[in-house]
Amino acid sequence: MGHMNPIASLEAGADRTMILNMGPQHPSTHGVLRVILEIDGETVIRIMPDIGYLHTGIEKTCEAKFYQQVVPLTDRIDYLCPLTNNLAYCLAVEKLLGLEIPPKAQWMRVLMNELTRINSHLVWLGTHALDIGAMTVFLYCFREREDILRLFEMVSGQRMMTSYFRIGGLALEPPIGFFDKVRDFAKRFPANVDEYENLLTSNPIWNMRTKGVATITAEDAIALGASGPTLRGSGVDFDLRRDMPYSGYENFRFDVPVATEGDVFARYMCRVRELRESNRIVQQALEGMPEGAIKADAPKVVLPDREKMKTQMEALIYHFKIITEGFAIPEGEVYQAVESPRGEMGYYVVSDGTAKPYRVHMRAACLANLQLLPKMCEGRLIADVVAAIGSIDIVLGEIDR
Amino acid sequence: MPLAPPITEIDQLKGHPALALLLESRAIGVEGAKFDRDEMSIYVDRSSIREACALLRDDPSTAFNFLSDVTCVDLYPQEPRFEVIYHLLSISKKERLRLKVRLHGSNPSLSSVTSIWPGANYFEREVYDLFGVRFDGHPYLRRIMMPENWEGHPLRKDYPVEGYR
Repeated sequence: MGHMNPIASLEAGADRTMILNMGPQHPSTHGVLRVILEIDGETVIRIMPDIGYLHTGIEKTCEAKFYQQVVPLTDRIDYLCPLTNNLAYCLAVEKLLGLEIPPKAQWMRVLMNELTRINSHLVWLGTHALDIGAMTVFLYCFREREDILRLFEMVSGQRMMTSYFRIGGLALEPPIGFFDKVRDFAKRFPANVDEYENLLTSNPIWNMRTKGVATITAEDAIALGASGPTLRGSGVDFDLRRDMPYSGYENFRFDVPVATEGDVFARYMCRVRELRESNRIVQQALEGMPEGAIKADAPKVVLPDREKMKTQMEALIYHFKIITEGFAIPEGEVYQAVESPRGEMGYYVVSDGTAKPYRVHMRAACLANLQLLPKMCEGRLIADVVAAIGSIDIVLGEIDR
Repeated sequence: MPLAPPITEIDQLKGHPALALLLESRAIGVEGAKFDRDEMSIYVDRSSIREACALLRDDPSTAFNFLSDVTCVDLYPQEPRFEVIYHLLSISKKERLRLKVRLHGSNPSLSSVTSIWPGANYFEREVYDLFGVRFDGHPYLRRIMMPENWEGHPLRKDYPVEGYR
């Protein structure tokens, strides 16, 4: 295969320089990112990311599935925030259908999404600190992450690949005791964030490794298509949840953390403060959780409840038809973007009037964010490359799809 | 919320600032427009995509300063076969716009927008890799997802889902 003997390579430019290959198995590349470096001593002259090792053709697979069968595929794109991807896809299809979602389902979606954001940021914080040499934080972060994964398991039966959102609502009613467990978690979580911050924020080694490292200006970040905390770390105050709200986010009060320095430390601060803001949203969602249905009233699209399906003829027929034939969606196209933990996660779905999507395209936030790497690292030390990769929080599943 | 039918008449959509701006400029060929499900799409002539993007980015009435996405749809066996799709975002106005360019199936190519948004680099490489659409003026137009020696373009509709055996 081409990757074994890649044509994608750099030639050493001058006698002084050499080519260094980093990855795809390097632990600090968070998966299977390969980075080719041209170095002069310890200084990076040029840097080229090489991606595609995890390409599985998910977009092609989507075209062969019914609309509802695509939901589990969206989990596998970004395995750290599966629910965000579920949401973006469901919102896109619901927009194509013109479907209204009951308030309880919307609030549950917001609640689950913010838990996912905390989960994803915890993995980022742990591994990022581990890359830079602070091992303790990793253990603390994964302790809290475990709690969140248990909550996911409680609602969906799955720890990571949840597929909990369905077109038209949720898969299941949240089980008894779930809200109490979330309330418990949300109550003690701010103290946990204090713990991480005690270990890092004013730690002199952490500061030396992150402050003034891998800086990027707001103009460059916008021109290169950066989004999410990577963009906000450079001083651009833009968050899709607040500025282009979806799924009822307009009902929640939260601040959008912004830092102006544009370095690794700024992005770190943005994400850590986002942990606290997400926790605030979780608490608001718990307090104001409306009563009512968790699925839209659209029998041709939404599967009937199990009880109804077993007792009513009509429900049984709809159930059978949805499973065997799917449901047709009127012709059209939509682009629905949500704020994922990494930035703008967009789904572009095209319908040709049949029960299978004509085209599903995912706009991956990481793919665009990765383009910042050369701007961040050229002219700096190799050790800073590790910090820079960690600070843009890449997930290769999303980049390669 | 029942779906409103799409509006495709340019005359009815003239009030939209982006469309008005593009129609005003003589150099840019507008082939059509569509307003459907609260989303605005404008079909732009193949030769004027770069000018259209630069104009929409720089004019204060539109200020689409952020390129969200570049992708493509294969309409095989229809002709023109490919539609290259640009999703623009205005961070200050909090608005989105979709630009579309229709391309014929034989040797599809158009100019790259990397000189306007360097961030288009990976997106255009992906479209080139998976659809075989060439972007003229791209700094490094190489396969990005598939191996360098791969044959065919997997997201084309005449490429089987399970691949060639």
